[in-house]
Amino acid sequence: MNFYDLANPTFFLNLVRRVLPWLVGITLILFAVGLYLSFAAPQDYQQGNTVRIMFIHVPSAWLGMFCYAMMAMSSIGSLVWRHPLADVSAKAAAPLGACFTFLALFTGAVWGQPMWGTWWVWDARLTSFLVLFIMYLGIIALWKTMDDPNKAARPIAILTLVGALNLPIIKFSVDWWNTLHQPASVFRMDGPTIHPSLLTPLMVMALAFTFFFIMMHLMSMRNEIYRRRIRAMRMRAAAAPSARATVASAKNA
Amino acid sequence: MSWMAALFLRDFKLAVRVGGGALIGVLFFLAVVTVFPFGVGPDLTLLARIGSAVLWIGALLSTLLGLDRLFQADREDGTLDLYLLAGRPMELVVLVKCAAHWAATGLPLVIATPLFALFLNLEPMAIAAVTLTLVIGTPALTLIGAVGAGVTVSLRRGGVLLAILVVPLSIPVLIFGVSAATAVLSATAPFLTPFLYLSAISLVALVVGPVSAAAALRYASD
Repeated sequence: MNFYDLANPTFFLNLVRRVLPWLVGITLILFAVGLYLSFAAPQDYQQGNTVRIMFIHVPSAWLGMFCYAMMAMSSIGSLVWRHPLADVSAKAAAPLGACFTFLALFTGAVWGQPMWGTWWVWDARLTSFLVLFIMYLGIIALWKTMDDPNKAARPIAILTLVGALNLPIIKFSVDWWNTLHQPASVFRMDGPTIHPSLLTPLMVMALAFTFFFIMMHLMSMRNEIYRRRIRAMRMRAAAAPSARATVASAKNA
Repeated sequence: MSWMAALFLRDFKLAVRVGGGALIGVLFFLAVVTVFPFGVGPDLTLLARIGSAVLWIGALLSTLLGLDRLFQADREDGTLDLYLLAGRPMELVVLVKCAAHWAATGLPLVIATPLFALFLNLEPMAIAAVTLTLVIGTPALTLIGAVGAGVTVSLRRGGVLLAILVVPLSIPVLIFGVSAATAVLSATAPFLTPFLYLSAISLVALVVGPVSAAAALRYASD
């Protein structure tokens, strides 16, 4: 098996069929262990029970960023090698990334309300995540607007890569803007170090989220391949002579 | 070189003459500037403080408004395919088109800025700063917008989507532009640092914009 074998959708579908049960099992076990550890973890001396939100919040944020990296790599694949699976992978990753980013923003707001006393602050990290979320939604909207997925892949790949080039600049500028407007000492996201009793559940949850992402990504790539096959079959059926004959006879009748 | 000058003149003339709609951007700019005092109140000290930001946001919105015409008309009548067939570097074609677009839509915004700044009670130094930052910043907005325009060129009604795609990418320009423009009002904030960052972003956009937009246009044609 090599990189080019994967370009064959049937081969890829067979691979997914074999790998998926294992992935589902690993994800379930990791989530079971991770959630148990999260609830068994001691309360933070300052944050109390709300510290447990971190076990969802931090992995979501990591995956939100990881997804964009995944999309950028897929975009390189579809521009450089014109790899058909890279198109599918980029398309499938966008809604997942948007979900993780939304989850990070949402859990952050839920955590911020009791901790900072407000749902939202224009903190540098929050703001750059909001921008990332808008970029995901824009890319999803673009996929939805272009009717031919094969033609849409390359322009969207270019936009994704320009976005990837821009993300560090956006992050830097937002940091700069934030320190200009308000001193960073108003609140501190985290203490100097995380105690091991909290770090272990966090790491297990991060691993669980990563496997969950891989599982969902493969599943949604599989669905996208099926969707494209259905689209191709429908177009073939519409162009077939028998279909045209039926239309013609219906007109004559 | 002559073909570049010819292309520039063609695009510029098409934009400013009847049906081009380039000057509508300035009218929109005026409308945005006029609407802000109704939102925040007629307090002149407050307006003097936020005036530079209002002008920058107005310029950003006006630029977004005109972007969908950057390549669309050329695609509709087939000119875009001829550009591709002609064998000229597509990046240069895009650059020249962006320059013409900016001269027709961005430059009028910059020229109108000192006048509109008077409505917002800006000090002379602030007027100079906001005009200078807009001279440097609006080309970057056009060039970043060109990427979005190239990507959405095949969409029939891509205007709103184009704006949504371009806004996140133009946030750094807005941040450094407004920072430099408002720095002259404060005693402590430096003017030069954000101004140099703004210039750097414009230079990066000068490279990234035409290269990516040209690539998107190549894929859009076939």
